[in-house]
Amino acid sequence: MSVNPLVCVKRVVDSSGEVVLTEDGQGVDGRYAGFTMSAHEECAVELAVQVAAAGNGSATVMTLGDADAVEQLRAALAVGCTAATHVVADSQAFGPADVAREIAAVVRDHEAAGTPHELVLLGNDAADSGDFQVGIRLAYELGWPVVNGVSTVSVADGEVTASGAGADGHETYRLPLPAVVTILEGGVEPRYPTVPGRMKAKKARVEEREPGVAPTGASRLRLVLPPPTPSSVEILGEGPSAAPAVVDLFERLGVLAR
Amino acid sequence: MAEVPATADVVVIGAGIVGNSLVHHLTRLGWKNVVQIDKGALPNPGGSTGHASNFIFTVDHSREITDITLDSVAQYKEMGVFTESGGFEIARTEERMEELRRRMSSAKAWGIEAELVSPEFVKEKVPFIEEDQFIGAFWTPGVGVVDSLRAGTIMRERALATGELTVVPTVEVTGLDTEDGPHGTRRITRVRTTGGDIEAKTVVIAAGVWSPKLGDMAGISIPLTPAVHQMISVGPCPQLAEKEGEISFPIVRDMDTFCYERQHGADMEVGSYAHRAILHEPEDIPSIEQAKLSPTEMPFTEDDFDPQLEQAYELMPELLGAEGAEIRYAINGLLSLTCDGNPILGESEVAGLWTAAAVWIKEGPGVGRAVAEWMTHGHSEIDLHHSDIARFHTHQKRREHTRLRTTESFIKTYGIIHPAEQYESDRDQRLSPMHDSQAKLGAVFFETAGWERPFWYESNAGLLEEYGDAVMPREHEWDSRWWSPIINAEHLRMREAAAVIDLSAFCIFDIEGPEALDVVQGTCVAQCDVAVGKVIYTPVLDAKGGFRSDLTVMRLGEDHFRVVTGGAHGMADRAWFSGHLPEAGTTTLTDLTDDVSTIGIWGPRARDIVASLTSDDVSDAGFGFLSCREISVGGITVLASRISYVGELGWELYVPMSQAADLWEALLEAGAPHGAVPAGIGVYGTTGRIEKGYRAYGAELDGERSIVEAGMQRPKVKAADFVGKEAYLAQRDADPQTVLCTLTVDDHTSASGVKRYMLGGEPILTRDGGSLTDGHGHHPYVTSAGSAPSLGKHVLLAYLPPEQATIGNELAVSYMEELYPVTVGSVDATPLLDPTNDRIR
Amino acid sequence: MILVLVEVSLTGEAVENSLEAITFARDLAAAGGGIPIDAVVVGVPGDDVVKALAEHGVRRVHALTGPAYDAYSGAAWAAGLMAVREKTGSVVVMASGTPRGMEVLAHVGARTALPMAANVVSFSSLSPFTVTRQVVGGQAREEMQLSQRPALFTIAGHAVQAAPADAPGTGELVEETPDVADADLVARVVSSEEPEPDLSGSLKSARVVVGAGRGAGSADGFGEILELADLLDASVGVSRVVTSLGWRPHHEQVGQTGSRISPDLYIPCGISGAIQHWAGCSSAKNILAINTDPDAPMVTKATHAVIGDLHEVLPAINEEIRRRRG
Repeated sequence: MSVNPLVCVKRVVDSSGEVVLTEDGQGVDGRYAGFTMSAHEECAVELAVQVAAAGNGSATVMTLGDADAVEQLRAALAVGCTAATHVVADSQAFGPADVAREIAAVVRDHEAAGTPHELVLLGNDAADSGDFQVGIRLAYELGWPVVNGVSTVSVADGEVTASGAGADGHETYRLPLPAVVTILEGGVEPRYPTVPGRMKAKKARVEEREPGVAPTGASRLRLVLPPPTPSSVEILGEGPSAAPAVVDLFERLGVLAR
Repeated sequence: MAEVPATADVVVIGAGIVGNSLVHHLTRLGWKNVVQIDKGALPNPGGSTGHASNFIFTVDHSREITDITLDSVAQYKEMGVFTESGGFEIARTEERMEELRRRMSSAKAWGIEAELVSPEFVKEKVPFIEEDQFIGAFWTPGVGVVDSLRAGTIMRERALATGELTVVPTVEVTGLDTEDGPHGTRRITRVRTTGGDIEAKTVVIAAGVWSPKLGDMAGISIPLTPAVHQMISVGPCPQLAEKEGEISFPIVRDMDTFCYERQHGADMEVGSYAHRAILHEPEDIPSIEQAKLSPTEMPFTEDDFDPQLEQAYELMPELLGAEGAEIRYAINGLLSLTCDGNPILGESEVAGLWTAAAVWIKEGPGVGRAVAEWMTHGHSEIDLHHSDIARFHTHQKRREHTRLRTTESFIKTYGIIHPAEQYESDRDQRLSPMHDSQAKLGAVFFETAGWERPFWYESNAGLLEEYGDAVMPREHEWDSRWWSPIINAEHLRMREAAAVIDLSAFCIFDIEGPEALDVVQGTCVAQCDVAVGKVIYTPVLDAKGGFRSDLTVMRLGEDHFRVVTGGAHGMADRAWFSGHLPEAGTTTLTDLTDDVSTIGIWGPRARDIVASLTSDDVSDAGFGFLSCREISVGGITVLASRISYVGELGWELYVPMSQAADLWEALLEAGAPHGAVPAGIGVYGTTGRIEKGYRAYGAELDGERSIVEAGMQRPKVKAADFVGKEAYLAQRDADPQTVLCTLTVDDHTSASGVKRYMLGGEPILTRDGGSLTDGHGHHPYVTSAGSAPSLGKHVLLAYLPPEQATIGNELAVSYMEELYPVTVGSVDATPLLDPTNDRIR
Repeated sequence: MILVLVEVSLTGEAVENSLEAITFARDLAAAGGGIPIDAVVVGVPGDDVVKALAEHGVRRVHALTGPAYDAYSGAAWAAGLMAVREKTGSVVVMASGTPRGMEVLAHVGARTALPMAANVVSFSSLSPFTVTRQVVGGQAREEMQLSQRPALFTIAGHAVQAAPADAPGTGELVEETPDVADADLVARVVSSEEPEPDLSGSLKSARVVVGAGRGAGSADGFGEILELADLLDASVGVSRVVTSLGWRPHHEQVGQTGSRISPDLYIPCGISGAIQHWAGCSSAKNILAINTDPDAPMVTKATHAVIGDLHEVLPAINEEIRRRRG
């Protein structure tokens, strides 16, 4: 039996720089920083590709997002996913339960179409809305077990083994397929796309579909930026001339000895 | 927060390649108390220098850009930051091969080693290229890469070593204060920054893509637009990784797919100019904090790049598809584009506020030196008039214009651009009152300074039959692109009867006031203290004796002069004269360009036609050559000036815009029985003048040319002082290093049997193809080329080494890599047609 | 009533984040006119835990016991928590924003089909109940309404400082043994062990860490940084952007999703200090930020700072160290 994971990604604003909010306060403005998927999801894609390869199956990527979100699908296709599903919708209007419902619909429809997924991988949390719950809600929609916040995933003999750092140390789960697993980055190095991979991704067909149900929303009133915190920093100087003061500090802290 | 000094002799805003070069050259030239600021941190403050691909191809069709580039390369080499890699520009099509042959012309003209080579030659140097993807290449062994950040640091440190430079990074300019000067002018007084205010009388904006924002602070337009250049980096490629150092393979410019492939260590950088123009407003560039990488490394938009990726892959599949080679870095890098592709340099309309913007890495150090010279001496060694900020007309200062033109031109970055190619966007900015009538006559409009000028009239197509082969038809599509034999037919009709020419694009300004005579005397070479009603044709020089302009001046009153100059360079001329108005005086300069239209009428029947419309005396005795006065033509009062740029009897008629259309119709109507036709700028600007050997500013004349070398010296030099007089006197006493000559093409037949016609820019060689060098070390090239229908010849103008400047000397012109025999016909301003100027009388 | 899920560490103490959650709950309880606060713990807590919870204002401590709780399962914990909530009729169910707290509350949300708010830092209104929570990795905040009951949310780490209550609770211990369905035990931890020492191990335990961010400029820009690390016998830690650009290996990443470090001295060079990164380095005892921007978050949060470009400052520091060492 082959293993054919579905990996779910979300187009989010790259938030490694200063965050800029949209004028309506409902989202993050991506015009400066650009868009990406979260690091968790990059790792989920990598794991999906690895699991599919090890299981003689193929990895499918899906997203719920506006038309531009196809960029994230193609990014996943460029690194080894072979099929893509795009639920074309404004992701801001969808709360975690809405998203879970739409993913479940895709899983069911793919199964009905004869291309079932035994494993669904998601990021531990979205880099923008940070809800920490879509994977779990999805599991309940599907009636599947779910493992949350792991960094490695492997499949053998109809069982998934997942592990990662937990409260009690390095924790391992083993459970039967089908299952939902949410991924925390760090267990695997996501690959960059290759030129041939990127070209293949460009040509891959993307299944487009409408959301099945009107969203109930995210109960969001608005986004705001946190106030700056007061500073008690001691400025040791400016430029190279600060070096003696810096090394004085090293001596005071006792980190200079050798 | 960093603090800035309270005063400076000069503030340089920007610490990219341009600002760093400027502070180096300014301190080298003796400037004191120089302050350089940047909102970013050093050594990479986050502008376009920081993400540049840093390679330099030296051959450009523009002499100005090439010379700046060559100077930059010399400076980079001196600093030890240049690595020669060689570079190929490959051709996938025969059309591109033709362009590469034209590139060979430019290479020879500018004296740069280059060669057309086979795909096998390329494959030998770039083993991972697929040689069946292209048919040939242009090889420039001197191409290389530079470390522009390191160069910037070196130059800044050299400036710091003089003790005259203070560098303050991480302060942002918040305002540029100006104060009112005389004649409605303004001057810069202060730079406001987040680190305090700096009082300064001289400020340079060298802030790259942010320059327009800074310009706005002082109320000046720096019309550039930040535009995206996409680049990805693919690696590690094993073929590259095994070589030491940053670059060991030549750079490949895949011109037909608008891509380049440039090795960077183990990675291959693939850059593209093929995508849609992605323009940004300077205000939309993120702050340093908002940016993911740097403010000018915008998020990559993959869709725009994908087609190029495919073409690049076709060209280098083994390299780009190598095991382990991944796309590790991809940016939409911002760079600066302008409406005409040239930098924006020089002093703005705010006195003391200079710009050095829209400059690429290949030009940075050269621009720094040239602008520093300009700021120090009032002129630079390399002529910069194509880059002068003063060149922009009002309509060109709009951001919309820049946006539209750069959108159109971006895709031409690696395009094949005909020398006469016209823009399609943002046309019809300035229409003469005769425009509708001209359109009905089938005028084909070319644009100059925003003016739509008829280049020829399809209504004259019937003349083609009349003149037969005398219109010198051109067989080859390239030679006849943006050209029509109708131009030559109009020309022949002018010489035979008369032609009416719309010259509304002239830039016209009046200088009036008690010091008016002093102003024109002090700026013009010719004697301007002439009788009222006299017309003066004069060169205008800079202090080193190079041309600033050539133009006509009419003395309309004791204290009233009217200056008439070409539209293209008119704004720079106006700025030059404005700059020479006495500060304390009451003399003013008034621009009449939009109020006064000019219509020319020339030809043997011109006097008859004008006489039929006026009761004034227009006989030679009553209206002599080089005189002007108001007359009534068809009931319209006009200022008539008897002068000619086409070598025929006739007048320029200055008429209020509101009455120009009526005058135009009256002249055409009265002229028709005499055989007169409307004629376009093709006649006025090329055929008419070239037969007469008349020089054109921007072609034969520029800041690097002298009156003596241009063969335009008069027997005497006026007693009054004028800018450049001292230099001019010295030039007259010295032997010329180069001599402007007129040549005719003896045989146009190419190897394939097709007759070819040069368009300008081609190198002049010995008959057997040997290169020539003048006393300046320059190689002769065609400054102007055009039909001389009345001579039945194709005429070329070129500066030749003095020993070659002998009438009858047999040389050759290289066109598309074939030699055509030419013969020197004139070695001074003596016209080939009507050398005694009888026709003008 | 407010029900708070409390986690107990391997060493048998109530974790700090749980005490923070209870402290937060007290404010909420007070605003609601003195609502009682109960805690739920898994397993029988030690006396110290019960005492600590009482000191923080907990009325009753519900201990979930039985074989279903021997190994961690988010679903099982959620089942137990819900049983207590039904028994007590709580209008609020809270947890700390730890991985387990998040997971268990998400399960509760899915089981009840109610919204769950993650990483709440404050509340602004009781009716409708409006909370503010961290989003975008802590760089922005979202105001969100939780109008249904019970309101489900987790408290972001360090949103409040844990503090004993002025009026301690009684801390009555109640053992609970609700049934857990087999399906809720499918996904449970089968083994947990001390993490193998990985490459970032030295980073996590290093006494001095030299950090580098975007300011390094390129993959080639780490020379001075590595040199300083060498001189101080320090580890190198980098920001997310550095690893995502491929400049440095992933195991050097410090942050919410990388290593969490707690050195005596952390020297972030050219790191602006996004919250993800701060989450990984905030436990450092001293922070010396080297940055061109005096207003960068990393500078304002640091104990010491040098304003300047790392490529200019570090060579001078390295030189000074060598000079003093002779």
